[in-house]
Order: sequence, then C-alpha cells, then structure tokens
Amino acid sequence: MERSHPAEAGHLLVVDDNKVNRLLLGRGLEQHGHSVEFAENGVRALEMLRKGRFDLVLLDIMMPELDGYQVLEQLTTEPDLRDIPVIMTSANDELDSVVRCIEMGAEDFLVKPPNPVLLKARIGASLEKKRLRDQQRQLIRRFATPEVAEELLANGFELGGKFVNATAMFSDIRGFTSIAESQSPTDTIELLNTYYTLMFDAISGQGGTVNQMVGDGLMAIFGAPVPHADHPLRAVRAALEMVELIQLFNQGQSAQGKAPIQIGIGVASGRVIAGFTGTQSRATYTCVGDTVNLAARLEAHTKVLGHPILIDENTWQGLGGEIPATEQEPTQLRGKSAAVRVFAVSLPAEVPEPQGPR
Amino acid sequence: MAQSPVDHATLQDLVASTDMAFVQELIEAFLEDGREQIAAMRQSLASGDVLVFQRAAHSLKSSSASLGALGFSSQAKDLEQLAKQGSLEEAPEGLEQVAAAFPAIEQSLREFGHGA
Repeated sequence: MERSHPAEAGHLLVVDDNKVNRLLLGRGLEQHGHSVEFAENGVRALEMLRKGRFDLVLLDIMMPELDGYQVLEQLTTEPDLRDIPVIMTSANDELDSVVRCIEMGAEDFLVKPPNPVLLKARIGASLEKKRLRDQQRQLIRRFATPEVAEELLANGFELGGKFVNATAMFSDIRGFTSIAESQSPTDTIELLNTYYTLMFDAISGQGGTVNQMVGDGLMAIFGAPVPHADHPLRAVRAALEMVELIQLFNQGQSAQGKAPIQIGIGVASGRVIAGFTGTQSRATYTCVGDTVNLAARLEAHTKVLGHPILIDENTWQGLGGEIPATEQEPTQLRGKSAAVRVFAVSLPAEVPEPQGPR
Repeated sequence: MAQSPVDHATLQDLVASTDMAFVQELIEAFLEDGREQIAAMRQSLASGDVLVFQRAAHSLKSSSASLGALGFSSQAKDLEQLAKQGSLEEAPEGLEQVAAAFPAIEQSLREFGHGA
C-alpha cells in the first residue's frame, strides 16, 4: 500500500439547515474536486443516505426535524450506513456538543465557517480512512463465509484471543499424492477446486468456517466466531454431507474414467483459543489448543481404522444420540498421555471404506 | 454598534478564495434567510416555542459570522444563550435590537456586493 494517497475525490453529503452554510461548505468541497449533495434537515439526510452512495457526511448539529444527534444515532443502527464517516460542523461555541457527537461515533469536526486548509485536510483524512475500511470490508467478504463476514461487519473485529467452546474439524484426501502423480497438473488443480467447493458448501451450510487450506487438507471451526450452541452436531452433519458429496463426485469421476477419491475427517470439541492471527496485511481467524490437535490426530487415525469420520468423546456427547456412532478401541494418540475414546460416525448409506495408508 | 457593521476583510477573503458572483449569492441567501429567521423568532416568542427560537438565533449567529457581520452575530448569540437557558423573558427586547440592526447589515452587504 502506498504511504500517502492524494486526497481522492468523494461523493459528499452536506447536511445543514442554513443556506449560507450549505453554500460555503459546498463551494469549499467542490473546489477540492468532490461532488456534493445537500440536505436541509436530518430527515432528508437519512432519506438521501439510504438511497444514494455517499463517502462522507458533513453534519450540522442544530437542525429542525431531526437534529445532528438523532441522525448520528440512527446511522449507527443501520448496518449499511454505520460505516459512512461523519464530520460534525459546528459553531465555535458548541465544542461541548461536538465532544458528545464524537463519543456517539462522529469521526471529526469542523468549525464553521471552515478554514479552507483545515477543510481539505480533514476531509482528505476521513476519506482515506473510509477507503481503508471499505478495502477491509471487501477482504472480509472475500475470505470469510457470508455468515462470518456479516458477524464481523456488524460487531467488528475482536482482536486478541479468547477461550471459546467450539468444534474443530480436519479433513483431507486419502492417497492424494499418488492421485496427483497419476494425472495431469491441470486435472489435479481442477480436482482440488471441485473438492474445496464441495467441502466449503457442506461446512458453511452448517454455519462452520473454513480457516485453513493446505494442499488437499482443510481445517474448519464450528461454534466460532459465530456462536452456535449445537456446534458438535453441526460439525458432524457437515462431515456426513462432505462424505456424501464426495460419493456423488466419485460417480461423476468414474463416468469419466477417472479415479475416485476418499476423504478422512477428524472432529473434536472443547475449549479452544480463538482469534485473529497474522500480520497487518494478512490475517485469518483461527483456533489453537488441545481440541484442535486432537481433531488433527483423529483425522490421521481414520487411515488406521478405515472409517471416514472419527470424533472424540465431547463431540459424541454433543450429538445427544441424534446421529449414531460406534465406539472404537481407545487409542493412544501422539501428544496425548492417556488413551483417548474414539467414535466412528455411522454413515447413512454404504460408503466404501477409505483406502489404506498413502 | 461599530461604524461599519460588516467586516469587509472577511468578505474580501471570501472573494479571494471563491469569486464575487459566489459571494453575491451568499449575501442574497443570508438576507433572505435572515428575514425568515427573524420572523420565525417573533412567531416563536408568541407561541413560546423556545427550541424554534434557539435554532433561529443559532442559524442567524452562524451565517452572519460567515459574512463578517460580527457584532450582529454576537447579538444573535446572546439570544441563543437566552433560549438555551430556557427563558425567553428578556428575548423580545434583544430580538427587536437584532431586527433593528438588520437593515444596516443589509445595506453594508449590498454595498460590498455591488463593489461600492
């Protein structure tokens, strides 16, 4: 990202009941290349904001119909409007009112009549912040499921980790390396894309979030960042759907004379540390902790047991008998001191067993 | 009141940063608006609507200051303060002073607007 952007032109709304103020502000803004529309009171301003797209609002405080406070209050309750920056325009004896507006979410203020240099600087800074926020919004939309994106956009980022109860899922393709070696790179990438599309659909359909994709493997979280009390059940439903989708996919594969694929899924529930990790330029929502490790171990263990979906005791309890699962031999898993109870989720239909170790 | 009720330096600054036609438009807007605000204040005194009075005084204070009518602006500000305190008892007298000062402001602004 460039260090400093020239103040870019924006589409601005000037809200003021006083025509002299509207003319003066409008003129100053147009001189800086912005396009400006005007509203003479708060009611009209909200109507225009809901209809058009504005980059910034310059808002008077004392107005008939709906005053500046009421407009600010209304703006914060409307998801589509809450991110439009607002600069209060005030008389120089109204600074106590301005403080209240900034506490209510206004971005900045200008004293009327505005000093041209200050006007330019404050508008430029606010537009730049808006541009960055819009960029962040787009990134969230691209990298998060719609549900998570809505959650994030509505409630903002919770920086810093916290403990949450969630279900972690790991899934990968059995024998993927040999599949990749037996076909063209184009086919392999196409296969991965189809696989990811199917898995994403199943996972987000149950309210889960895919937060890692590495090669043929993926990690998903249920119950965070969007809380769902029934996260174990949702995760297992998604797992069953994933296996089912792979079966359907395999029917297509065999019709084309291509090799079928098998997947293994490990699911574990419990306390995880969740939060955004990464750097300023790239961040992802992730979960770490014992529960996550256990899910990864269970996924690896599907190769040993030959069951496509293995879950831990917490997940099994979370199912409340709604989905049948059979207990397997307790297993000593890497990184675990005691043997762990392992359950294999029963599949509704006949599913070919996963092939042996890669 | 000072001899010239309008600070011409403020107006000249405005012309310098915009142009004369725009300042003339501002002056017309102010004169029209000012007459309306004074009428609104008289009406609100009759009906006892403190908020309308306060808003009109506020508006008058703000736009007159923008055009350099600083003494006038501070008179309007005093009226706004009265209303802010919730009492309009002393307002009629102050309002008549403001109304009486308005023609001189108008004359001075028009003189400037016509390059006098």
